[in-house]
Formats: sequence, C-alpha cells, structure tokens
Amino acid sequence: MSETKKFMYINRRPPYGTVYPLEGLEVVLIGAAFEQEVCMAFISDGVFQLKQGQDTTDTGMKNFSPTYRALGDYEVTRLYVERESLEERGLTEADLMPLTWEDEDDDWAEKPSIQIVSRTQLSDLLEEQDVVFNF
Amino acid sequence: MKLAVMVNEGPYTHQASDTAYSFIRAALDAGHEIFRVFFYHDGVHNGTRLTTPPQDDRHIVNRWSELSEAHDLDLVVCVAAAQRRGIVDPDEAKRNGKDSDNIAPGFRISGLGQLIEAGVQADRLLVFGD
Amino acid sequence: MLHTVNKSPFESASLKTCLGLAQSGSDILLIEDGVYGALAGTIHTTMLAEATGAISVYALGPDLKARGLPEDRLIPGIKVVGYDGFVELACANDKVQSWL
Repeated sequence: MSETKKFMYINRRPPYGTVYPLEGLEVVLIGAAFEQEVCMAFISDGVFQLKQGQDTTDTGMKNFSPTYRALGDYEVTRLYVERESLEERGLTEADLMPLTWEDEDDDWAEKPSIQIVSRTQLSDLLEEQDVVFNF
Repeated sequence: MKLAVMVNEGPYTHQASDTAYSFIRAALDAGHEIFRVFFYHDGVHNGTRLTTPPQDDRHIVNRWSELSEAHDLDLVVCVAAAQRRGIVDPDEAKRNGKDSDNIAPGFRISGLGQLIEAGVQADRLLVFGD
Repeated sequence: MLHTVNKSPFESASLKTCLGLAQSGSDILLIEDGVYGALAGTIHTTMLAEATGAISVYALGPDLKARGLPEDRLIPGIKVVGYDGFVELACANDKVQSWL
C-alpha cells in the first residue's frame, strides 16, 4: 500500500453512554500503523470526550480518557475541536484535557494536539479528506 | 468503481444492515466491485448463524451469506468487537476456550486493519449505522 | 461530497449538524428515519428548504414509501431516488460522509 490518503475520524457522541467513542478510538490507534494522513474532529457531543477529570469508578466502566493522551505517541497530532460545539455546551478550552505531542522535527518540542477551529474551518477540513469515519 | 462498506449495527434493531444490503445489491447490479464489507460495533451480530427470525421475516444473516456466496463478497467481522459480543469462529473458540463457535457461512473474523485497508484501497467507503 | 443523514430531525440534530458543515455544491441524501426531514410543513422544513439550491437534497424512495410519505408531501426541490440512485450519488461524489 503505497498510496497515502487523508483520513478524518469524526467524533460526535459523548463518552460512556454508548461504546462508539471507545471503539472509535481503537480504530484510530490501529489506523495509525497504516501511515496515512490522519486527523480527528470533535463536534456536537463529541467534545465531551475530551472533558477533563473523567472518573468512571462508581459506574464500573473502564475510563478510557487516558488513551487520548497516548494519541501523540501514535502520531495522531491533529485533534480539531469545533468552537461552536464547545460554546453551545458552555465549555471552554480550559475544560478539555491538555493533550500534547512531541515534534521530532523540532527537537522534540512539546506541542498542543488540540486545535479549536470554527465551523467554517472544520467544513473546509472535511472537504479536504479522502476517507471519513464517523463515531 | 471499487466500493467498501462498513456496517455498525446489528440486524433487526436498526435498519442499517438492511440499507447496506440493498445498497450493495444495487452497486453489484450496476457493475461495481465491492472490495469488502466490514462489520463493527454491534454490526458483528450480522455474522452469527444462530439467528432464527420468524418465518415471515427476512433472514438478514442468511441473506448476507447468500450474497457472499453469489458474488464472492469479503464479509469481515472485527475480532475485537466480536470478542466483546460473543461472535466466534472455530479458531477463536479454541483460542479462548469456548465450547462452540457461531460464525455464519461467508463471514470471517479479522482485525481492524482490514477496515483501514478498505478505506485505503476502495474508491469510496460507505458507513451504515445508527 | 455526498452526505447521508439517517435520523429524524425531530429526534436528532444530525441534519442540522450536516447542514452546518456541508458546503455548497454538496449532495445530501436522506435515508431511513432521515427521510422525515424531507417533509414540507414541519418545524424543520425551513432549515432544509433554505439549503436546497446551493445543496442538492435527495430522499431515498423506498424509505419514504415504507413510512407512508408520498412525494407530494415533500419540500419542493427534493429529488427522490432509489438504491440505484444512491449508488450513483456515492460514485458521482469524491467521498461520502454518513452523519450517523
């Protein structure tokens, strides 16, 4: 497989209520091995996946939020969060987990993975993709 | 054109697998190639041969098996999603110490890499789910 | 780009989200419960009616028929297609996004 395509994984659901975000993340991690151009988008209730301070202890469910921190190690370094979705839900960037990646080409400088983008910017990004998954 | 299809819901609860099936039939009729059908999330339940719907209803699992037989379709059930939900083939049953398997004819169990490969190789990927 | 929407706009924001991100020149195909979004004279009609023109909107005929929705109840400008038309739309566009 020499071909490189642009993959976008769109996340529109909150965590825990359904398994889609967790199993979606599994696709992203496996997909990272295929060396395609990968990004993730968080819109609508999907922005809740990145909320800080998730603690599932009392639900008996697995807290998979630490997995987002590992994305940088898998070279998934672009996580686009739609500004309008955050605002509609009374959230700001400060409510989100601080996610970073290390830039090999810049002396391993730590850089933020989360980019807050407008709906218009996201619309343009969506248009650029070759393959779009929706979880 | 080369098309890949992802099915994310089980049969009967959601219309997703019915729509996917009708879409694939129409695509085959129009002369397109179906590179792969990948079953994920509860979609793995499309692949159990133990399904027994009432006589007057469509048999969604058998329909997939028959379509696979007729058109040599590659029906892939995600192994991780299948293990969570109790869909096993003979190899998986043996590996996990289960007393039986339930995979339907025409289906095979494999990894998520098969989905990514479908996205890379196919001209279009269509996702059906809830 | 082809967008598919399979949820009723009375139950889900999928159609609204799709319309917010779909660019002019896109195609939207309403399938399954999404076809309720094609109805004229509902509280959601304006949202879709305003988009038609810049965006071509289609509804899947078999899903309309199954739900007892005749073509004369649809927003003017919405085209009805069968599964064959769905395949044609998928091929005519460079990619497909399913707003599940």
